[in-house]
Amino acid sequence: MQPQTIPPIVRFCLRMGDNTLILSHRVSQWCGHAPVLEEDIALANVALDLIGQTQMWLGLAGDLEGAGRSADDIAYRRDAMDFLNVLLVERPNGDFGQTLMRQFLFDAWHHTMLTALMTSSEPRVAEIATKAVREVAYHLERSSDLVIRLGDGTAESHARMQAALHDQWTFAGEMFDVDEADHALAEAGIAPDPASLKPRWDALVGDILAEATLAIPDNRFVHRGGRVGRHTEHLGHILSDMQFLQRAYPDASW
Amino acid sequence: MPVGEALIPVETIRNWLNEVPDPEIPVVSVVEIGIVRDIAFDGETLVVAVTPTYSGCPATSVITIDIEAALRAHGISDLRIERRLSPPWTTDWIGAEAREKLRAYGIAPPIDGTASTGARIERILTGGNSQVECPRCGSAKTEEVSRFGSTPCKSAWRCLTCREPFDHFKCI
Repeated sequence: MQPQTIPPIVRFCLRMGDNTLILSHRVSQWCGHAPVLEEDIALANVALDLIGQTQMWLGLAGDLEGAGRSADDIAYRRDAMDFLNVLLVERPNGDFGQTLMRQFLFDAWHHTMLTALMTSSEPRVAEIATKAVREVAYHLERSSDLVIRLGDGTAESHARMQAALHDQWTFAGEMFDVDEADHALAEAGIAPDPASLKPRWDALVGDILAEATLAIPDNRFVHRGGRVGRHTEHLGHILSDMQFLQRAYPDASW
Repeated sequence: MPVGEALIPVETIRNWLNEVPDPEIPVVSVVEIGIVRDIAFDGETLVVAVTPTYSGCPATSVITIDIEAALRAHGISDLRIERRLSPPWTTDWIGAEAREKLRAYGIAPPIDGTASTGARIERILTGGNSQVECPRCGSAKTEEVSRFGSTPCKSAWRCLTCREPFDHFKCI
């Protein structure tokens, strides 16, 4: 389905749920591979929170759409072009620093977005945001702390974090893109205009990166497309793994 | 369905559910931990509203099954379990008695009245009581090892006095 034909609020819920779903899957790929046990546990817990939030957002998308699709149907039975997550969350994990930087840039946006959604005029949206924001506050605390510790750490950790920031930076801008659905939702008081979140994100990210002694890249280019279903090759590989069971054995249950 | 089921007082049902242990922390019940939000009859159907602690907590579905099994064991067959998101679950709903049970079990309980977003940080900044005490020796000389612990609701700590590691129930 062309994203332009999806009703604004459904499109919004899909975007929120696809962001958390794909990032959750990416983060879960660290399970058993993190540099230290505590980080392995933390990554798995963050992935778990995100999958719980996915169930709420995609569940609401299915309800609002009214075609009888469950959160699982939406997660496992769409192809890449129907996913509306930003490109940032499908970026490969890379090293621990790249995973962490991606998480930090996302958490800062996610917390700002959810905080604004707590006063949404649509009660079901406000309810999900109020639940999720408490969990995301912990995500942001952790990723900020680690970005500072590793950025302002050894020469090796600093160099890796600076390289990670360089790699991810041009993917952050898409989180603030605006289309006609966003305009309609902002008008109705359902969700904020994503561009309006940018000053707060800039301030938050700027403070943490300064404390981490990391230099913000002087590059204003923005990689975009995910929000309208145009993805990098990485998403297809994620789906081939994530959706395998339902594709090979439709309606499998246990 | 037994005749006159709807006459069972809600308090009795609450007492039954108070016997259902939390699957991850069996020293406290699903009522004590604040997961059971409401017990009411809709006509002859018993409706129990349950709220998830963390949205992805895998124990939530187990809790739903345990509640249903307990009620059926007490002879209730006409029942419905509803998920309620609002108001969101908070550690402030864990009562004083349950906090002591957590401590005796080796889990440092959440800090009182710090659950709502931001309040914990504010309390730390204003020098309020934000000490996490070692559940074993009671020392306030403790440090956080990791913000995420063995379950979504806990963080990992260690005591600098008795050197024991312990779990802390995160404030949310």
